[in-house]
Amino acid sequence: MSDNLQIGRDGRLRHLLTMEGLPRKLLLQILDQAEHYAADRRAEGAHGDKKHPLLHGKTVVNLFFEASTRTRTTFELAAKRLAADVINLQVSASSTSKGETLLDTLKTLEAMQVDMFVIRHEASGAAHFFAQHAAPGVAILNAGDGRHAHPTQALLDMFTIRRHKPDFSKLSVAIVGDALHSRVARSDIHALRILGAKDVRLVAPRPLVPTGIEHLGVKVFNELEAGLDGVDVVILLRLQTERMLGAFLPSTGEFHRDFGLTRERLARLKPDVLVMHPGPINRGVEIEGDVAYGERSVILEQVAHGVAVRMAVMAMILGEAA
Amino acid sequence: MSVLIKNARILDPAAGTDAVGCLGLRKGHIDYRGIRAPKAAYDEVIEAKGLWLMPGIIDLCARMREPGHTQKATMRSEARAALAAGITAVCLPPDTRPVIDNTAVVNRVNRIAKAAAGTYVYMLGALTKGLEGQALSEMSALKQAGCVGVGNGLAPVANTLIARRALEYASSLGITVHVVPLDPSLANGGCAHEGAVATRLGLTSIPVSAETVAMRQWISLVEDTGARIHFGRLSSARGVELLQSAQRRGLPVTADVAAHQLFLTDADLEGFNAMAHVIPPLRQAQDRDALRAALKSGVIGAICSDHQPHEADAKINPFPLTEPGISALETLLPLSLRLVQDGVLTPLQAVARLSLAPARVLGIERGSLAAGVAADLVLVDPSAAWKLNPADLLSRGRNTPFAGADFKGRALRTWLGA
Repeated sequence: MSDNLQIGRDGRLRHLLTMEGLPRKLLLQILDQAEHYAADRRAEGAHGDKKHPLLHGKTVVNLFFEASTRTRTTFELAAKRLAADVINLQVSASSTSKGETLLDTLKTLEAMQVDMFVIRHEASGAAHFFAQHAAPGVAILNAGDGRHAHPTQALLDMFTIRRHKPDFSKLSVAIVGDALHSRVARSDIHALRILGAKDVRLVAPRPLVPTGIEHLGVKVFNELEAGLDGVDVVILLRLQTERMLGAFLPSTGEFHRDFGLTRERLARLKPDVLVMHPGPINRGVEIEGDVAYGERSVILEQVAHGVAVRMAVMAMILGEAA
Repeated sequence: MSVLIKNARILDPAAGTDAVGCLGLRKGHIDYRGIRAPKAAYDEVIEAKGLWLMPGIIDLCARMREPGHTQKATMRSEARAALAAGITAVCLPPDTRPVIDNTAVVNRVNRIAKAAAGTYVYMLGALTKGLEGQALSEMSALKQAGCVGVGNGLAPVANTLIARRALEYASSLGITVHVVPLDPSLANGGCAHEGAVATRLGLTSIPVSAETVAMRQWISLVEDTGARIHFGRLSSARGVELLQSAQRRGLPVTADVAAHQLFLTDADLEGFNAMAHVIPPLRQAQDRDALRAALKSGVIGAICSDHQPHEADAKINPFPLTEPGISALETLLPLSLRLVQDGVLTPLQAVARLSLAPARVLGIERGSLAAGVAADLVLVDPSAAWKLNPADLLSRGRNTPFAGADFKGRALRTWLGA
C-alpha cells in the first residue's frame, strides 16, 4: 500500500513517504539528479548563487511538529534553490491538542494553495496519514515520522556512500546503536537492500534491537568487534540519552565502552572505511570527538549532500517531467 | 403477541440438540417445542425452512458509550444495533464515565438501558474504586444492585496484594472477577503486536509477555484463593497454553476471545490501517490459529464482540494517535458464522460459544431454548450473502476493519424474552 500511495499510476513519484518499496530505478534517478545539483554547486564555488527555477511559482510548506533546525534548514535551502516560495511552520504538539486536529491543520494550510508539505511528526505513520488525506496534486514529503521513516536522510546517506564506493553489491555496511527508536536505521536498511548491498548489519545491545528487524534483511550483532569486522561503511546512530538512561542502558559511559567508535577501534577496521552519522552527534557516546571529524569521517559531507538530495526529490515530485 | 416458527433448524446448546422442528412463543416465553406444528393457534406463523433458530446472543463485552461518551454512541443507538444483530444481552465493562463502582451508577445505567428499549443490558462492577487499583469497591452492594461480575476494565491493579484481597473478597461473595490480562509495564502504551510488522512500521509494541505475565500473576492468585476468574479478550497462543494448563489443574478459570482476533493479524495493520488498531493488539497467524483451536476445544468458552464504537474523528489521525477499538456488534454473528463456514466450529458449537457459554460466565438464566424459558431467540439466515458497508451499520460507530467484506449469514429477526 505504501508504494502505491507514493508512486502514481504513471510510475512517477507523487509523495516521498518511505524507502520501503521504492523501485531501484527511481531511487537511482533521485541520486543521479542530486549528483547533477551537487556538481553545479561545486562548479560555481561556495559563493555561487545559481538557481534552478524548476519550482518557480510553487509553494512549499515546512510543517514541523517536532523541533528541528538542521533538517528544516536543508529543506528550506533546497526549496529556495529551486525558486519555490517557502513557509516554515513549527507547530507544537500542544496546539494541535487544543481542538484542532491534524486534519484541520492540513486542510487549513491546503486552502492557501500549497503544492508540497514537508512534514515531520513524532507519530509513526504521520506522513502516510497526510498523504492519504491530501488533496489531489498536493505532495507530501516525509521529513521524519516517529520511528518509522526518514527517507531523505537515507537518500543522502546512499548518495554519500555512492560517491566513495559506487558498487553497492560489494558493500558490507554496519549500522550501530539505537535502532529501536531510529527512523534513520529503518530507512537506511530499506535503501541499502534496494541498492543491493551485499551485507547489512545492525550492531546494538539487545534492548535497542527492535524485535523482528532481521525480516528487513539485516544481520544482528550484539557485540561491536564482530559486528564491524570487515565492514566498508559504519553508520552510527544518535543515542537519545535523555530517554535511554536507566531504562534501556545503564549509562552512556558503558555504551561508549562497548559500542562507541574510538580511534583505537577505527584503526582495526579497513583503511578505507567510511564513518557516517546522521547528526547531531553525542561526542564521547556513540563516537569519539576526533573520529567524528577525522579523515575517515564523511559526516560533514552528509550534511552538505542533504541539500542536493532534497532538491532532487522536490524537483522530481513537483517539477515538470524530469 | 404469539408466534409460531415452523420447520427451523433449532440449535439448542443447553440440550445439545440440533434438529429441525417447530417452536412457539407466547407472552415472551417459549410455550411449545416439537417436531410437528402444534394445534394451538398463533398470531403469526413463520415458515423457517432452511433457517436457524438459536438462543439470543450474549455478548460478554460491549461498550455502549453511555453514560460518559455519548459523542461516540448512545445506549439507544447501540442497544438497537445489538438487537438487530441477534444480540439479546450485552455485558458492559465498568469503565463508563462515571465508573460503575457504586449502586447509584448501576441504577443509572439500568434506567438508561431500560429507556433505550433495545437489548438487555448487564454490567460488571468495578473491582477497585474508580478503577484506580488502590481500594476495593463495595462489591457486595454492586452485586445486590445487579452487577453480574466485577472487573477493572483495561486499568491495571498494580499492587498484587490489593489484587489478591480483591479476589478473596469477590470469591467470598460468589462473584466472578473479569480480567483483561495486560501487564501495564510491558504494554507500555504500545499500539501494535511486537514483531516484524510493528518494527517495520515503527509502531510502539506490546509483547506477548504483556498478556502472559498478567495471566500468570492472576493464575497464581487463583491458586492461592480459589477465586473464580474470567479472562477476557485473549490474544496469544502462549496465553491459550497458560489457560489450558490452569484448567487442566482444575482451577476455576474461563476465557473469551473477541471475534476479530479469530480473523485478523498484525498484517492487517499494513499501510497504517487505524481500523485494525485494537487493544490487546492483533497478533500473528499462529496466535489466531491457536485461538481458533482453543475455541473449538472449548478451552476458550465464549466469543464476544469487544464492541467499541467511535466517532469518525477518533480514527482520523496517524495510527498511534487513533483510539483503539472496533464497532463490532454487527459483525459478531457474521464472523461466528464464518467460523462455521471455515470448518472451525460446528453450528451447535458456534451457537454455544455465543449464548450458553457466556450466560454461564455471567451466571444468568439465558442461552436455552427449553419450553417454559424466556424467549430470547434469533432467527438466522445462514446463507444470506451480503457485503458490509459501514454506512449501513445501525451502530453509531462506523469504525470497522471489515468494510467491504463479503459475509454469508445474518440475523433475520430477534425476539427478546420476558
